[in-house]
Amino acid sequence: MARKEQVYDDIPGTYVFDAERSRQGFGINMFCMSLLKEQNRKAFKANEAEYLKQFRLTPEQTEAILKRDYNRMLELGGNIYFTAKLGATDGHSFQHLAAVMTGNSQEDYAKMMLGGGRSVEGNRSRSGKNVPSKFIAGAPTAKKTAIPKAGPKLKPKPKSKSSKSKSAKRK
Amino acid sequence: MARIVAGIGSSHVPAIGAAIDNGKTEDPYWKRVFAGFEKSQAWMRELKPDVAIIVYNDHATAFSVEMIPTFALGCAADFPPADEGWGPRPVPVVEGYPALASHIAQSVILDEFDLTICNKMEVDHGMTVPMNLLFGKVDKNSHWPCPVIPLAVNVVMYPPPTGHRCYMLGKAIRRAVESYPEDLKVVIFGTGGLSHQISGPRAGLINSKWDKAFLDNLSKDPQKLVKIPHVDYMREAGAEGIEMVMWLIMRGALDDKVDEVYRFYTVPASNTAVGHIILANRPRAVRQRAPAHKAAKRATARKAKAPAKRAAARAKATLIRGR
Repeated sequence: MARKEQVYDDIPGTYVFDAERSRQGFGINMFCMSLLKEQNRKAFKANEAEYLKQFRLTPEQTEAILKRDYNRMLELGGNIYFTAKLGATDGHSFQHLAAVMTGNSQEDYAKMMLGGGRSVEGNRSRSGKNVPSKFIAGAPTAKKTAIPKAGPKLKPKPKSKSSKSKSAKRK
Repeated sequence: MARIVAGIGSSHVPAIGAAIDNGKTEDPYWKRVFAGFEKSQAWMRELKPDVAIIVYNDHATAFSVEMIPTFALGCAADFPPADEGWGPRPVPVVEGYPALASHIAQSVILDEFDLTICNKMEVDHGMTVPMNLLFGKVDKNSHWPCPVIPLAVNVVMYPPPTGHRCYMLGKAIRRAVESYPEDLKVVIFGTGGLSHQISGPRAGLINSKWDKAFLDNLSKDPQKLVKIPHVDYMREAGAEGIEMVMWLIMRGALDDKVDEVYRFYTVPASNTAVGHIILANRPRAVRQRAPAHKAAKRATARKAKAPAKRAAARAKATLIRGR
């Protein structure tokens, strides 16, 4: 069954670990939890495909694990706090995993973080909803928000904006 | 009566714990982070709280995907530091305060917040890192300066509790604390955040403007924050930045008007923006006890007004009946 579209699926480069993914990815996450024990790490390393058979995994999930495709694991219901345990079993730092998921070298990723991280500008939305949240005054929206308290009260404006984007979407 | 005197917000980045445990706090990268907590540690030493309630989240340590409680209150006598894959952190066992914890559980559940009770639980970096940041490094064989009541919140699986729910739980916790007969000075921690995303192709996201606005509103206008929908947190502050809702439990447990004692913000620690704030309730003695002569004056004024008010009410009532 296809995944039901959620409002947060519009956030680019993000797989929200929601109740549905939690259900689907139970096997992935339980496998990762098992790696907290030294004897399990050894058994997994000795024969990965064989070890994975004891968990309820789909063929796609098994493949993602064997290939260390971390983004695919997230898409198929893995959660980052769990999959990080697989990374640790491979002897990788967390920053290495983050770099892999973003498609960067670890050096470039580390540089980006030192430079203040990835900007939210241009990274808010797949569908072009790059308007900052109206709930935080001082966000770089219109010049009017320079007066912080006026921000959220400007109700008509955000409404018209959202209706515009909706109509744009329908087209 | 027990009372909450202050709230502390602090990030709980695991790498901060690793830096402490591996003696890297003097490295320039880490010194920048730790320097921001020196004043807070001095403040905490002076305050000497009797107990700390620490709102935090577990990271696939004590809670796996087998059970995912939304709010779990630690009522145990102690909480050992968990092995998160590198051996347990070399910090003392966290001592609980079961008498107050079970009192809070009973009060809050009857106040319609359906908590999970944990009588045996290990705690991970989500709790011990903020403890280090505020209490300093404590030898493994020594003791933390005060007992702790852990409140674990699910922010790992979507949806976490809403910001409004968190804020209201804070208020319920405050009522619970204030109905506890023992004289106790209580502080409450909200931990996690600020902006960060550690999963997927968008990992590395930081939004300092969002963070600053969050801290500003937390201090002065928390009502604005309780309405933020989850998708806004995830969009603006990163998928894992949604941890920030936990700060609203801390804020809800404080007075509406608070004094901002201290604030610190730096980017990055590992993959995360580090935020820290101390908010203090205004001392009650100052608020309630007006100078004796003023109080007396006000009392006489009230007495003088009362008959006039009653007369006016009577007149109004007759008028209405007359119609």
